[in-house]
Amino acid sequence: MMAMTHAGYIAAGWGGAAALVGAYAAWVLRRGRTLSRQVPPEERRWS
Amino acid sequence: MTLHPRTTPYGDADGGASAATGGRAAPGNTGSPASRVLGVLALASVALLVLYGLVWSPPDAEMADSVRLMYIHVPAASFLYAGCFITTVASAMWLRRRTPGWDALAGASAEISLLFAAITLGTGSLWGRPTWGTYWTWDARLTSTALLTALLVGYLALRRLDVDPTARSTRAAVLGLLLVPNVIIVNRSVEWWRSLHQRSTLVKLDPTIEGQMLVALMVGFLAVGLVFTWLLVHRFRVAWLEYQSERLDLDLALAERRAEAGHAGEARESTPA
Amino acid sequence: MWRDAALVAGRDLRVELRSRVTTNQVAPFSVLVLILFAFALDPDRQLLERLASGLYWTAVLFAALLAISRSAAIDETDGVRDALRLSGIDPAGVFVGKAAAVAVVLLGLEVLLGVGVVVLYGVDLAGAGLVVLAALAATVAVAATGTLYGALVSGLRVRETLLPLLLLPVLAPVLIGATRAFEAALAGVPADGWPWCGLLAGLAVLYTVAGALAYGTLLEGS
Repeated sequence: MMAMTHAGYIAAGWGGAAALVGAYAAWVLRRGRTLSRQVPPEERRWS
Repeated sequence: MTLHPRTTPYGDADGGASAATGGRAAPGNTGSPASRVLGVLALASVALLVLYGLVWSPPDAEMADSVRLMYIHVPAASFLYAGCFITTVASAMWLRRRTPGWDALAGASAEISLLFAAITLGTGSLWGRPTWGTYWTWDARLTSTALLTALLVGYLALRRLDVDPTARSTRAAVLGLLLVPNVIIVNRSVEWWRSLHQRSTLVKLDPTIEGQMLVALMVGFLAVGLVFTWLLVHRFRVAWLEYQSERLDLDLALAERRAEAGHAGEARESTPA
Repeated sequence: MWRDAALVAGRDLRVELRSRVTTNQVAPFSVLVLILFAFALDPDRQLLERLASGLYWTAVLFAALLAISRSAAIDETDGVRDALRLSGIDPAGVFVGKAAAVAVVLLGLEVLLGVGVVVLYGVDLAGAGLVVLAALAATVAVAATGTLYGALVSGLRVRETLLPLLLLPVLAPVLIGATRAFEAALAGVPADGWPWCGLLAGLAVLYTVAGALAYGTLLEGS
């Protein structure tokens, strides 16, 4: 796999996408936790 | 805007029951059994994509290994458009029904679309460098995507306005309703414009693609789609919670205002005229 | 509705005429933009002449942002919004009237800028029919779109910064079409330009209809 041509670009592309999605997911989940503490469970519609 | 931050713990991180919730187990997050299954599926498909995309599929005859970027780029672009579509439909539904869920969906979808727009532009540009020698070409697809990104940024900016929530939702809904029409108009115009120069546009993946490369692409669509959906579910729930939180803040503020007025009234009554 | 539109258009135009901001500030600003382009591009007459159509329409768009912002500001003063709502004036009429007023202002600016481009960039006028029709279509498109988006940001503190962000991507097709039409006209091949003129006309119709339909919701919902 390391013998791939343009390995740098592929790493940057895949890595960048993963980093963006990961960071965003972490932010959403954390915000979800914070808000969940402030809102009573009746107001939610899941679980 | 919160007068007294409501710090009552309604949900423990471990989802345990507490007296405050009347003994019912409350999730301390935006998860649910369904979304957890979705998350696991998404992770599994991403792992599969890594295998197919980076290991099992062969390099392209012309593009060599940079084709592997397409396995993310093409699905990301597709779901970017799907997200815009969801925003427009949700905006229309909000204007029809005025229920907050639609507004929350419209906003959540737009935000995730912006994320995918960044990924689309990034992978497209990284693909372009080894292939065309340059990070950016003014070809139809990249240019339209750039404009679409601007439309999304504008929409999200409008959503952050510090105004009465109903007014904000109305304006956002009208703008959201115009999103898909704008995207279509921009795409058509830009394509027409760029076609004048007889440039070969960014290679839409060779339709005769087959074998492992086709599988990789399909897995790409699956993985990106599942990730998109999982993100949308959670972001929607966060938006829903934000709406509830704002509503509860308003209720609290009103209650306090009324309590003050009540006290003031009593004080006045007890003083001899 | 047409009577209401004429009423609103008349009011908007009268406000503009009386304040003279358009003549004293927006117009000089737009000519200034043309001059700045010359500084940026090195006044090699050949280059400027070649790029003239694009530079012209870019300057028009910048001026349009100002004109639309001012049009939106007219209704922001206390109580005007409510007065409009309660007076029973058809919101579609308000929209058409405001858009018409903006269009008139823009046409004036375009004539001025046209003179500017002929003088400063050495452009030879040709294909007058296409030029005029394309300009008309583009103007209506810009005015209609702008008035609708102006209402979206009306009354906001961030109006001045949000309007360009929202409006310019939407107007990109108008810029493309108008520039191509003008280029075709000036190059003496109007046949190439008429399809673009068609696009402009389509956009004009589309946004006029969209604005007329949406304006009521926006007036109420804010």
